[in-house]
Amino acid sequence: MVIGLIWLFALLWPLLSIHPDGTLSFFKAFKVWSYVASAVVICVFIYILKKSGSLSGIATPVAKTRDRLAAYAGTLPTWVWLVVVGCFALSYPFYTDRYSQDVAIMVLIYICLGLGLNVVIGLAGMLDLGYIAFYGVGAYTYAILNTQLGLSFWMCLPIAALFAAIAGCIIGYPTLRMRGDYLAIVTLAFGEIVRLILNNWMSLTNGPNGILGIKAPAIWIPTFAGGFSFEYFYLKKLYYLYYVALALAIFTVIAVYRLNFSRIGRAWESIREDETVAELMGVNTFLLKLLAYAMGAVFAGLAGAFFAARMRFVAPESFSFLESAMVLCMVVLGGMASIPGIILGVAALIIFQEAFRELELYRMLVVGLCMVLMMLFRPAGLIPAKRMGTRSEEKEN
Amino acid sequence: MAGQPVLELKDVYCSYGKIKALKGVSLKVYSGEIVAMIGANGAGKSTTLMAISGIVPIEKGDITYNGQSIKGLTAEALPPLGLCQIPEGRRIFPRLLVEENLTLGAFYRSDKAEIQKDLKRVFALFPILEERRKQQGGTLSGGEQQMLAIGRALMSRPKMLLMDEPSLGLAPLIVQKIFDIIHDINQNEKTTILLVEQNANLALQTAERGYVLETGHITLEDRADKLLDNPKIREAYLGE
Amino acid sequence: MEYFIQQLINGLTLGGLYALIALGYTMVYGVIQLINFAHGEFFAAGGYMGVILLSYLAGIGFMDSHPWMCLGLALVLTMTYCAFLAMAVERVAYKPLRHQSRLAALVSALGMSIFLSNGLMLTQGVFDKPYPLQFAEGGFSYGLITVNVLQILIVALTAILLVGLNILVFKTRIGMAMRATAQDKIMSSLVAISANRIIALTFALGAGLAAAAGIMVGLYYGSVRYDMGFVPGIKAFAAAVLGGIGNITGAMLGGLVIGLVEVFGAGYISGQYKDVFAFIILIAVLYFKPTGIMGENVDDTRI
Repeated sequence: MVIGLIWLFALLWPLLSIHPDGTLSFFKAFKVWSYVASAVVICVFIYILKKSGSLSGIATPVAKTRDRLAAYAGTLPTWVWLVVVGCFALSYPFYTDRYSQDVAIMVLIYICLGLGLNVVIGLAGMLDLGYIAFYGVGAYTYAILNTQLGLSFWMCLPIAALFAAIAGCIIGYPTLRMRGDYLAIVTLAFGEIVRLILNNWMSLTNGPNGILGIKAPAIWIPTFAGGFSFEYFYLKKLYYLYYVALALAIFTVIAVYRLNFSRIGRAWESIREDETVAELMGVNTFLLKLLAYAMGAVFAGLAGAFFAARMRFVAPESFSFLESAMVLCMVVLGGMASIPGIILGVAALIIFQEAFRELELYRMLVVGLCMVLMMLFRPAGLIPAKRMGTRSEEKEN
Repeated sequence: MAGQPVLELKDVYCSYGKIKALKGVSLKVYSGEIVAMIGANGAGKSTTLMAISGIVPIEKGDITYNGQSIKGLTAEALPPLGLCQIPEGRRIFPRLLVEENLTLGAFYRSDKAEIQKDLKRVFALFPILEERRKQQGGTLSGGEQQMLAIGRALMSRPKMLLMDEPSLGLAPLIVQKIFDIIHDINQNEKTTILLVEQNANLALQTAERGYVLETGHITLEDRADKLLDNPKIREAYLGE
Repeated sequence: MEYFIQQLINGLTLGGLYALIALGYTMVYGVIQLINFAHGEFFAAGGYMGVILLSYLAGIGFMDSHPWMCLGLALVLTMTYCAFLAMAVERVAYKPLRHQSRLAALVSALGMSIFLSNGLMLTQGVFDKPYPLQFAEGGFSYGLITVNVLQILIVALTAILLVGLNILVFKTRIGMAMRATAQDKIMSSLVAISANRIIALTFALGAGLAAAAGIMVGLYYGSVRYDMGFVPGIKAFAAAVLGGIGNITGAMLGGLVIGLVEVFGAGYISGQYKDVFAFIILIAVLYFKPTGIMGENVDDTRI
């Protein structure tokens, strides 16, 4: 493995550093290469040390304290934690600036996306690489309905969800009968098709120019100036939008949580583990897979509509495959099928992205690297999902 | 028959996924013998052969071949040592021609002339294969495929053969023919054979010694004729 | 009519290139049932390496004296380089995951693809890298039909490579071993074929062919981009599936079909949506006849 790594890096170096304008431009390439190489080498080094037990001097006391903390934390009922997190989330805008609120909104949107993708990948076990298409459908639904027909945000929200679900069914119907590997690439193809349609159907979507002038969400609030009446109030302030995003995120978390522990969730788990057996057990695999797909699409559609409202502008570039890959990375990093894991994954990636703004260009590089490293070293994710019950063979030991 | 065993398993433990398939299997096969291993479905017979061949890793215990441990060796290392398996279900290469299947049996060898000679010998042993030499392996009948699989193994000039359920799915007449061939190979070439079979009757008639495997343990070991007379065996495996 | 023939020539040229890339996908899937998402990046790497080598050779004046020899040299070196690159990638990102779930390997492949293409972007720049254009001059016309010398070159080279691969896979011992490993990995290791070596070889061959396609694309279109592997990658995979995954002849035919469909579709139906045709074929084939037109060639056995 290490040999292979050395080999790989040695080979990559000439490709990346030699420029065809005759010069050997070491500087730029060396910078990139050294970042990546050192990051990977450190990870691998730690891993090897861990395996051989040399780190136990540090690792075991750390593990012990971690376990003790976890035990202590476990004694507090979950709802205490939820209340703490809830208070933090609700009060967040009061002591942070615009920039942090912006980041927080991004995190919340991606939480919806990540959890939605998780329904497809983590719960039902299907690798969807075109997920961002549903995000785009939701966003463009609100954009078009708002600019062409003047429908309000709240009215468009369910419509966007519905359209996304329909898109999910349309895409899902042919694809869901295929095997896992093919499913991945076909969803990728569909995602690209959607993006191409958005880009080229000028009359409906204004093509690459995007749609401008989308109105923000608005609510009726009572005013008492000059008698009791209602005023139509646009939620233009960032912190209002933050609360809308928070509401969406909370809705998504609760919905996914309930789904996970419902009969449907159990059926999805059976499909994920072994589809043939599930079919034999009477589980209507096709319908359930379609349901998972559509539900995932719904969450993306909602997030998309909100995204359109927040940005007040949509364009096809926001809905490319790279975005899909990024959401996938968040799910993989955090832990498939694990709600706290995904929230962590989303937060980690977004915060990393913001913290290292100068290294903006490295974003996708890190995403790619992350995916490979996670699969190699920790496929269950940072916070793995807890299984319900144990398998009979495991009990035997 | 005495002396060092050609193949020996010492207290082998091995898992198949999360299931513990072999729990302390020990057996010996001496040079020139045919040894049968019988047992019910799921007892671990195929797993034993896969463990010997290095396909399934061993957790505890050791396997020696001619006195050398082959525990950590990958499967590719064994045919050059003279140890060859004919796996369950024949597993011939379906889209390769019959003669390609056979030539692949001698893959580790580089002596072209000798390989051609061996090919002729196999065709002499199984004339039907020569007839079908340009056909794809998958188009052959079950019995023909079994002959092909045996022929392929013979091409590697084995000193010891591991055979996994050669009678599976074959009509009784053909099964008899196959077992006659097994017997002949053992007699003529002095090839040691470890024979895993569900058809306990035929296996014990062809073999000299037998082992009985039940859920990962060897429960009985004896001479084949004694096992055939053993009432417990007769009841459990010989249908009486 | 002449438009038709022109498009036919264009389509065959493009199709040959897709065939070269498709072979990599199909061979790798045949042996380890993995869609190597990073394969498109080997194609891109080939394009970049080619331009690096050619520029170097131009820089030291070799190009002026022996242009065609330079091209040949660049081709051979690039193909070899990408072959080794592919083997390294396999060793690092795929081999450790061979016994894990399919999902893990797919995610790793995807990650590798993103990593490589972004690595290229970061170091080689976001903009296109131009290829020396001297090779593009020349050709002949017949009425409204023009055949560029590059097209002749591409078709000829592609044909040579495809025939070469055919001979390797169907007429040599090692090719037989490759076919056997694709049909039954476990059995082939029981006949002393080292699955690891065959898998590495498969990656190497696939990447070498893709690299050749990369250089030719660079020559033909005049430049290379860091993300040039993405869309052709999907189309080439569509070609592989169309022909029957794992089936080498199928991939060759599939590539030609996709190339022709794309060119004719762009010419007669819509230029804007030309990428969509390949995607539609992919979806249609997987829905109606997943085994492709020539049938699959995969190891569908289990232990």
